[in-house]
Amino acid sequence: MKLLYFAWLRTKIGIAEERVAVPDGVTDVAGLIGWLRDRGDGYAEALANLDVVKVAVNQEYVPLTHPVAAGDEVALFPPVTGG
Amino acid sequence: MAVRVQRDDFDIGAELATLSDGDTGIGGVCSFTGLVRDLHPQAGEGPGTVRALTLEHYPGMTERQLEAIEAEARERWPLSACLIIHRYGRMEPGERIVLVACASAHREAAFDACRFIMDWLKTKAPFWKLEETGDAGQRWVDARHSDQNAADRWSDR
Repeated sequence: MKLLYFAWLRTKIGIAEERVAVPDGVTDVAGLIGWLRDRGDGYAEALANLDVVKVAVNQEYVPLTHPVAAGDEVALFPPVTGG
Repeated sequence: MAVRVQRDDFDIGAELATLSDGDTGIGGVCSFTGLVRDLHPQAGEGPGTVRALTLEHYPGMTERQLEAIEAEARERWPLSACLIIHRYGRMEPGERIVLVACASAHREAAFDACRFIMDWLKTKAPFWKLEETGDAGQRWVDARHSDQNAADRWSDR
């Protein structure tokens, strides 16, 4: 699974992207975020408040209940400020 | 009809001329240009506070999202032509960030589509602004509820 982080999530986590092999029990976005939080302080801090975290799976916005699979590109980022 | 995500500046006059060129059925072109400003009213800060703005984006998803909103605008209104240009990278106050232009036989469609696309860009297009300030260094710009409220107006129409 390819993970991408943007804006202040990227700076808190410390990397822009990574490839991970998630455990079998991680089947949706909420499960993935729970697993990431346990990986270290930067992850836990960046993902502490899910009200300010948006998720895209394969470049489409999805809710926390959306399934994730090994080949997916999952992006985590704060609410956008374009325009 | 066209979506561009680019680092470079753009020429508004040339873009608008190209947009309507050859289509004499177009009655009006409505455009919006977003600029980098040097102040931050939400933080209670006046002119000169913001030295520069760096726009980060999500390559790939950004283009897909812009194409989706352009397609939705064309479904909602009878547009003859439509253009979205959004820049990324570092820009200084006064520089152009974004251009949205909609052309139609009637002005109402052009105005409404232009507003719709801008409201949507503010809330859905994966761009993030990093401000450089003199004293505070750098800070990420927070999303604003007013932008979300503006975008929500279109969902029940």
